[in-house]
This record gives sequence, structure tokens and C-alpha cells, in this order.
Amino acid sequence: MAGHESTYQPKSRFERWLDERLPIARMMHAQFVDFPTPRNINYLWTTGGMLAFFLGVQILTGIVLAMHYLPSANDAFNSVEAIRRDVNYGWLIRNLHAVGASMFFLAVYIHIGRGLYYGSYKAPREVLWILGVVILLLMMATAFMGYSLPWGQMSFWAVTVITNLFSSIDSIVPGLGTRIVQWLWGGFAVSGTTLTRFFSLHYVLPFAIVGVVILHIWALHTVGQNNPTGLEIKTKSDSVPMSPHAVMKDMFGLAVFMVLFTWFVFFLPDYLGHADNYIEANPLSTPPHIVPEWYFLPYYAILRAIPNKLLGVIAMFSSIILLCFVPWLDTSRVRSTKYRPLYKWFFWLFIITVIALGYLGSKPPEGVYVFWARIFTAYYFIHLLLVLPIVGVIETPSPLPRSISEAVLGTSGGHVTVGAPSAPEKR
Amino acid sequence: MATGTVEEPNRRDFIVIAAQAFAGVGAAVALWPFIQQMNPDASTQALASIEVDLSPVKEGQAITVSWRGKPVFVRNRTSQEVQAAKEVKLADLVDRSARNDALPENTPASDLNRTKKGKENWIVLVGICTHLGCIPKGQSLNDSRGDYGGWFCPCHGSHYDTAGRIRRGPAPRNLEVPTYEFVSDSKIKIG
Repeated sequence: MAGHESTYQPKSRFERWLDERLPIARMMHAQFVDFPTPRNINYLWTTGGMLAFFLGVQILTGIVLAMHYLPSANDAFNSVEAIRRDVNYGWLIRNLHAVGASMFFLAVYIHIGRGLYYGSYKAPREVLWILGVVILLLMMATAFMGYSLPWGQMSFWAVTVITNLFSSIDSIVPGLGTRIVQWLWGGFAVSGTTLTRFFSLHYVLPFAIVGVVILHIWALHTVGQNNPTGLEIKTKSDSVPMSPHAVMKDMFGLAVFMVLFTWFVFFLPDYLGHADNYIEANPLSTPPHIVPEWYFLPYYAILRAIPNKLLGVIAMFSSIILLCFVPWLDTSRVRSTKYRPLYKWFFWLFIITVIALGYLGSKPPEGVYVFWARIFTAYYFIHLLLVLPIVGVIETPSPLPRSISEAVLGTSGGHVTVGAPSAPEKR
Repeated sequence: MATGTVEEPNRRDFIVIAAQAFAGVGAAVALWPFIQQMNPDASTQALASIEVDLSPVKEGQAITVSWRGKPVFVRNRTSQEVQAAKEVKLADLVDRSARNDALPENTPASDLNRTKKGKENWIVLVGICTHLGCIPKGQSLNDSRGDYGGWFCPCHGSHYDTAGRIRRGPAPRNLEVPTYEFVSDSKIKIG
């Protein structure tokens, strides 16, 4: 893919002059105009472009918000209210930023789900996938620190609970966990000192995300895009140039997603937040029921499902870290779940599990909720650690089409069984 | 040629390794201020002690005071509550250490070791759940006090008894007893 010839032709004298000195236009043309894109990618493939768009929205609105926000324990809460009420169009920019974070996570979860369904993590896309997990972790850190900035009750107690996760290290090395937590806080409790450093990191981490996104795209354009069949591009007819085919599809997908985004921005800007966060932070009183933002609920349910503090924290972190190992945990020779009749059921069970954990994470930690959180937490890990390796071995995949073109055009020259030319996964 | 040049690369190797080690140590030393700046500074560490007047706290009532930015629970326990705390067998406890800052680490978590002799009705605790740092409920009279009559942390469901010892839930340790002393019959000094 990386080696494909660009059809770039410098038109003006300036373009020729620049092309000989810095062939950036040639590179952009090769990577984003005539880049070979599988002809059969569906609308799930538009989430990548959406994510780039939302990263841009968050950075742009964030820079503007930082012009009006005051990162101190005394002023933070009121400055956010001033942004919403007094600053010209502050209400709009703040809503774009707050709702944008939720939409960013919605798009990234669809993006990850697509990767899991179509086996986009399998060779040769392991590095591409791991870079994606790194981006997810950076996004989570950024969103968590951003959520602390309005300095409401939920902000304050979310910071308290999440930073306290590190105190669980005390049960391995006594005292070390407490020292780490106090180092993060800059004091003996969460305070204005903590807020200021979180503001600084919240500003810089998105630029780190931009860096890893560039690596992610680089890796993608080295190995080429996966597609619903999971087959590689073999002939010229299997692909179309990225522009206009994939670009137009991306634009349309984004436009539809924007309807949802702007609906929340203009009509339900606080729907995805919590009323308690409009009470200023009070270090002496915990709200009766604290919950994280919706996009963290599944991990929160896993944390609470396990009655031991250290093990709960380990389970929560490993629920994400384990994703890095999925390329090697999945033993199937076939990428796309479309051709995996048995695994298909387990895949949807896994999706239901994640949604159920999200629901349970929003409920109080008592009675039947704890029971079900434990069942689904168990399945989350069973899926990744047992189902992926075992089903890959015992399952007989459905016949694969010979090529992407055959799958699209239906010019069947008889199906082939798994194995011979239709197993491009073994490189 | 192969044998003749053995000495020369060795000298160069030594210089390269020495330079790398020097740069490495220098980088590590330069990193230290950037890590250390995040730790609590001296003004934060300066241990402030506070005095608390207990006379307005009637039997069965509790107050919360702020010490070093943390809430401290002071409860005037009823005789039934003291009795309940004393009757608990050590074997029934999740955490058997007294967690009293004035006593050694391995002191058993009896009610006596978590209070002051002769003042057993008073219990003084750092009001921070040892799980993930929420403030447990149970200080005001209409709060839920959990299944053991002490405190209940609503965040993740930890139940503490009337001596602030963890009995059920994810919290690993008993509530911390800060260093304090009675300066008069109805006044304590924390810290």
C-alpha cells in the first residue's frame, strides 16, 4: 500500500518548485486522494474520519475555552458558569466541547467494535490496533482530567475516587500507593493544586493524541484498510481511489452523525452529564450516588464487581490492556466474523456484556446489581481469554469469496473452501 | 589488521560508554525536580493541629471537622454502641490492625485500642473510606449507617461498625484513627 505510485502531477511552476524541495503535496495526494481503498467498505468505515473530525473539534473548542477558564479552586466553578452565561457564544462553545467528548467516545466505541467484528486487529494490523488502544487510553486520561475542570461535586469526587485507585498499591508495597496518590494530588487531599496540574495536562494530552493518530494513520496506510470480507486487495478492481469514493462516504456518514451531535448540543446539552456537577465541589461531603460519565460506566462496573480493592483495580485496568493482546488471543484463520458462524454469537454476547456492564455501572452497588455485574465481568474476561482462542480453533468458517470483487459483484466461479488463496491472514 | 586495531576500538568504546553514562545520569538528575515539584510542598506538609470543643456534642450525636483538608469524624457514642463495638470478636474482623496512628502497626483492632481509656464513648476517625476516598455516611442522625450501625460508604458499599472498623464491602482497612489527645475533659487536640 505504502509503495503504490502516486499519480500526482504538479501543475504550476510553484508546485514543481516545492515538489523538488518538499514533496508534501505528492505525499498527501498519494495517501488521501488516489490511495487504494477496498471497494466494499461499509458505513462503519466512516468512523475513522469522524474521530479525526472530533479530535479537531475538541482541540479548537478547548483552546477557546481555555481563554476564559480559570484553573483555581476558588474560580473554576464560577468561570465555567460565566462561560455559559456571559461569554459571547460561550454556551455554544462549551456545549460543543462537553457533548463533543461524548460523541468522540461514541464514535471510538463503534470504531473499536467494527475492528473486533471484522478482525481488523489480525496480522498484519497488530501495530495499527495497539496504537489504537494507546489512543483510547490517552483519550480516557484526557477526558477524565477534563471532567475535573468544572470543579463541581461530581468532578471533585470522580478525581478523588480515580486517583485513589493507585492507593491499592499499598497492599503490595505498604506506603507506596499513598505516596503516589499524594504526589498526584500535591497534598493530602484533592485540592486546587490538583486542579491546576490537571488543567495543564488536559491541555497538552490532546496534542499527544494527534501524534499517535499520525502513527495510527501511517500504520494503516502501510498495511492497507481492512474491509467487510477481511480479504486483502489483490487486483486493481478490488479497490477504488480514496477520493472521491471513500471521502464522499465519510462526508455523508459524518453529516448524519452531526445531526445527533448538534441535537445534543442545542437541545440536550446537559443530558449526558449529572445534575450534581452544578453544585460546587465540597471536600467534606460526598454525593449519595457518584457515577462517572457514561463512557466510563462499563469499567466502573468491573471495578465495583470485585469485592477486593487491589483485584478490582487490576481487573479494571486489564479490561483495557487486554485489548492489546487480542491479535494473538484470536486463533482464527479468518478475519471477518461474517464468515464465522459460531464466533458470531459470542461476538454479540460480548457487545451485550459491555452494554450491560454500562447499565450496571450506573446503578448503586447493592443487591441484584452486584450479582449481574459479577456475571458480566466474568464473561468479559472469559470472552477475551477463553472464547477468542478456543472458538478460533474448533470453528469451521463459512466459505470465503475468492476476492473482494467477487463478494461485491457476485461473479461466482464457485466457492473455495478455507485455506488456499482465500487465507491472506498468514503473512 | 584485525588484531592490530583491537586496542583502538576499546578506547573509543570506553569513551562512548562513559559519555552515555554521564548523559544518562545527567538526564536522571535533571528529571528529579520535574517529578518532585508535584509532591506536597512544605507549606502543605506543615502539620497543622486543631482543637475541637466537644461540649456541644450530646450522646448519640456526631460532628465533622476539617483537618489537613480531610474530614475528621467525632462521634459521642451511646452506651449500646460502645457495648456493640466491644463485643465484636477479633476473628470476625476483616482488618485486625487498630490503624491507630498513636499505636504500633500490629496492635489488635479492639475497641479499646481505637479509643482513649476512660473516654470510650468518644471515637475520632479520619472520615475517608479506605477504599477509594469517599466520605462515608452516618454522621447525621437520618443517614444510613450500614448493617453494623457505624458508617456506610454509598460509593461502593462498604459497611463500618460503631468503632469505624470495616466489616463488609470492598474497603481493605479500618478507618484511620488520627493522633489526638484530650487537652481538657471536653476538648481534644488533633494532630
